[in-house]
Amino acid sequence: MNREPILQVDNLTKLYAAGKGCEAVSFDLYPGEVLGIVGESGSGKSTLLNCLSVRLAPDEGDIHYLTRADEWVNLYGLSESRQRHLQRTEWGIVHQHPRDGLRMGVSAGANIGERLMATGERHYGNLRQTAQSWMNDVELDIARIDDKPTTYSGGMQQRLQIARNLVTHPRLVFMDEPTGGLDVSVQARLLDLLRQLVTEMNLAVVIVTHDLAVARLLAQRLIVMRHGRVVETGLTDQVLDDPQHAYTQLLVSSVLTS
Amino acid sequence: MQTMIEVQGLTKVFTLHNQGAIKLPVFNGIDFVAKQGECTVLFGESGSGKSTLLRSLYANYLPTSGSIVVRHRGEMTALTGASSQTLLEIRRETIGYVSQFLRVIPRVATLDVVAQPLRERGVNVATAHAKAAELLEQLYIPERLWSLPPGTFSGGEQQRVNIARGFIVDYPILLLDEPTASLDQRNAAVVVDLIRQARNRGTAVVGIFHDAEVRDAVADQIFHVNPDRQEDSLFTDERVPA
Repeated sequence: MNREPILQVDNLTKLYAAGKGCEAVSFDLYPGEVLGIVGESGSGKSTLLNCLSVRLAPDEGDIHYLTRADEWVNLYGLSESRQRHLQRTEWGIVHQHPRDGLRMGVSAGANIGERLMATGERHYGNLRQTAQSWMNDVELDIARIDDKPTTYSGGMQQRLQIARNLVTHPRLVFMDEPTGGLDVSVQARLLDLLRQLVTEMNLAVVIVTHDLAVARLLAQRLIVMRHGRVVETGLTDQVLDDPQHAYTQLLVSSVLTS
Repeated sequence: MQTMIEVQGLTKVFTLHNQGAIKLPVFNGIDFVAKQGECTVLFGESGSGKSTLLRSLYANYLPTSGSIVVRHRGEMTALTGASSQTLLEIRRETIGYVSQFLRVIPRVATLDVVAQPLRERGVNVATAHAKAAELLEQLYIPERLWSLPPGTFSGGEQQRVNIARGFIVDYPILLLDEPTASLDQRNAAVVVDLIRQARNRGTAVVGIFHDAEVRDAVADQIFHVNPDRQEDSLFTDERVPA
């Protein structure tokens, strides 16, 4: 793992009310590292993710990001167009509901190709070929490349959303409950896929989940949040097997085992 | 022989915050050293804290006080208080751990499960698969099972997959938590062989073995965890040096 982080978060705060939102969050993220953010609903996980991915301006704090060009930038010091450019070319955002991340009105192939076009690719043949190859990677039937995502099942839509995000070879991916609404059998497949892609592409990932099993399988490191604050951080297996904070202990002991 | 692990004054107390903050002391002020090319067996009755100690050596459990220092990239490096980055690096390069239970992503094929630690170190697929196949063969896992996920295997088979995965990298330090627990004699003998080979390569092995035969076959040093706790039970076991 590289010694230099790709993202540095310092004292990030976004509060809607006391204990609502996220407060004084600091961490570093390294290339190739998957950081899990866990906690109950309303603990501020999604607020934090939105702040990190420059979709929600924080009240306080800084986020520094190391660009592909090896330049440190202060994300909220950038112009809006520069922020959007980063989002499109260097980042991926995988939403919990695929319809928030997909364009439902255009074909699957166009959904994948669109992001590529944003980075300058114009050749139709290349676009289509890349789209096919990505459909293959995420185990979607290539024969359905011209179908709209509305005709896809939830699991297929989620895989399409992942392909759409990864096609531009992002360096940093934000995921909000990526396996949330999915059937367990589909979940396992998706987890395996994500794990492989993360390793192969050396992605840095911030993944928000309330599913501790998902966190255990994907994340090397965990942040546990409660009432907007970080109550515990550490290696994933250490946090889950030997939780130190009362809330983490409650969280871990509340999981149903089959 | 070089010191690979040095434990000083290690104390572990579990605090159960949701059960009235009850405190469960496990061990207090443990000191021990594990050396290159030696196998240290942690000994003590069930509940004496052997597994807790072993897990602490892997930074899976967080010690309450005391220190654990391991030789990593030639330098003695503290596990206690180390950053997550350092711990992950130490786990990738220096310390291997074979737990009692296999925990993997449901759909992944056995061969990939075993090859994974090598892949994470950047070894190519072909080489990693070849090494994985060699180990699986040695551990009598029939080839027709290699392409299947191990989730449906028997307890003993899963255990052997786990062992193959643990031994696929030549870690300088190897931690074993009852690797022979659900194995028959033939397979236990293979594990004993693997441990001896690792030791001869210079690996510092630290393990828990309930099977007295296996223990006798591999132990260079026996470390008694919490001897005070078991005065009335196993203390008279003659295999244990005073």
